[in-house]
Amino acid sequence: MLSSWRARLGWSAVRLLLTVVVVLGVFGLFLWGLGRDPIKAYQDTFRLNILNPRGLAGVLARMAPLLLTALGVAIPFRAGLINVGAEGQFMMGALLGTWAALNLEGLPMGLHLALVLLAGMVGGALWAAVPGVLRARGWVNETITTLLLNYLAPLVVGYFVFGPWRAPELAFYPQTPEYPASARLPLLFGTRLHLGFFLGLFFLLAYAYLINRSRWGLELRTVGGNAEAARRLGLPVERWILAAMMLGGALAGLAGVAEVAAIHTRLKLDISPGYGFMGFLVNWLAFANPLGILIMAFLIAFIASSGFTLQITQRLPYAAVNVLMALILFTVLAKPLAQRGKR
Amino acid sequence: MSWFLSWISGAILYAAPILFPTLGEAVEQRAGMVNLGLEGLMLLGASLGFAVSFGTKNPWLGVLAAAGAGLLANLIYAWLVVHRRAHQLAAGLALMFFGIGMSALIGKPYVGQMAPVLPKYAPTGPQSLLFRYDPLVYVAFLLAPLFWFLLFRTRFGLRLRAVGENPAIAYAAGVSPSLIRYIAAALAGTLAAVGGAHLSLGITGTWSEGMTAGRGFIAIALVIFSRWNPLRAIVGALIFGGAVVLQLQLQARGIGVSPFFLDMLPYVLTVLVLLVWGRGVRHVAPASLGRVYFGTE
Repeated sequence: MLSSWRARLGWSAVRLLLTVVVVLGVFGLFLWGLGRDPIKAYQDTFRLNILNPRGLAGVLARMAPLLLTALGVAIPFRAGLINVGAEGQFMMGALLGTWAALNLEGLPMGLHLALVLLAGMVGGALWAAVPGVLRARGWVNETITTLLLNYLAPLVVGYFVFGPWRAPELAFYPQTPEYPASARLPLLFGTRLHLGFFLGLFFLLAYAYLINRSRWGLELRTVGGNAEAARRLGLPVERWILAAMMLGGALAGLAGVAEVAAIHTRLKLDISPGYGFMGFLVNWLAFANPLGILIMAFLIAFIASSGFTLQITQRLPYAAVNVLMALILFTVLAKPLAQRGKR
Repeated sequence: MSWFLSWISGAILYAAPILFPTLGEAVEQRAGMVNLGLEGLMLLGASLGFAVSFGTKNPWLGVLAAAGAGLLANLIYAWLVVHRRAHQLAAGLALMFFGIGMSALIGKPYVGQMAPVLPKYAPTGPQSLLFRYDPLVYVAFLLAPLFWFLLFRTRFGLRLRAVGENPAIAYAAGVSPSLIRYIAAALAGTLAAVGGAHLSLGITGTWSEGMTAGRGFIAIALVIFSRWNPLRAIVGALIFGGAVVLQLQLQARGIGVSPFFLDMLPYVLTVLVLLVWGRGVRHVAPASLGRVYFGTE
């Protein structure tokens, strides 16, 4: 048993390494085709984001939202749902969290922050409840509604940021006033690394435990494995579908509010470079496996940071990183299905 | 009255770029494939079409380049789904990432530029000044009945639908599911990219990052609304076009509603349309939709 487990882990590592080599090779050719120097680009990204302690802390800081959005996709995934709406849930979490940050000032230090984070979770959960209800009732498939809601969320945020919540002193750049000190997530060691990273780790551990070792996790996975069988067993399938969506939305919303409370300190429109979609990618690569989510979140966080490095050192638009993500997904999807397991 | 006429005229114009991808997706789904990558394909078409039109001063070469790129890009999707038996939703999202990234790279030098746009022609008649469209609009509305004929009145259409319902039986009847799916994907990729190119070369005349604003996903919703029928897709596209134009007109009049709420109109409408007409379509949907065909070995 143990040896087969080890063999599997070794095989996974080999596959991961092969994927990385293939993807780096193809993306290198791509950079070369654009007239850039791929070797120097890779050297720069590695030097600035791994070897440099501040850079590495920046990568870990990006892991915080990615761990949470990936879990936001993983929980519905285990219930057989495809949540492609983490991007919108992220924005709505940031929105409701900002409301709490700006309106509940004067509360004691820890309490205020806790309420801000909680409001973020509620915001994401409510936003995810819309496709959740529609799916639980069997009315509309959740894939398409979560995608469409991604386009609505920035408009809602835009309304508040350009309208009632706009900070009067910053006329040319629409954003809200700064979070008061009692609503901010502390940054650690003078780097971008913040408490949200440990929140992400905490929820990852909680997920790993609950999904595999609790009755809740078993029921959720039963619903995801075979909804009809779960119904015959007497499980409340509709309620589980809604709960899975809302739990997922809550974590994606927490990612959003944590990102604002730690990094941006004000709500504005460009708080996410696609963390919701990247979270989907992380979960897909990890297949909702907790250890896999940890590894893939690091990998994608590194790639996202590299995107910013390439933007500066190679003058590429940030969206070029999407090409890299696509190449990773293409490579993983092109592997024989026998390795991909269920689904 | 003039307001009403210009609304209708605008609805027809804005229906075209969404009708192209909707028709393509309808064909693709009839062959059993859900493609969430339309958004990426449209962006690819919009940016490449614009870049080529800018470089060659010929918008038609732009449309042609977009069509070719869309075809090739969607063949990646088809290869993953058909050949490598990948999960369709994941493969589609990978294509979406690819299109978003590539279009940003291609379009970067052209932000804020103007390219030669498609010429406009009018049918003769009393309101011909108002109803002047570029040829792609006419093409879009002609393609719908053409695709209806292709799907429901030709041998090829019968085979394509058979593959979408049950590839194993289609295979037993002597049809190659792989070939049919590649052809359907090639058609869909071409159409989605042309839809994107129509947006940048027929409507705005400019390129901006992410300019399709979710039209690729709305097209998928419209396929469900139209019950996989190209003729009904016209209705869906007109509803969407009408919503976009209504929002633009209200904004131009400066009524007291925030533009952010007006911008929500097309998306909210799409969700509502899905809610009202998208229920209970499972028995209409192609039976093998989204499933991996493992072959008969």
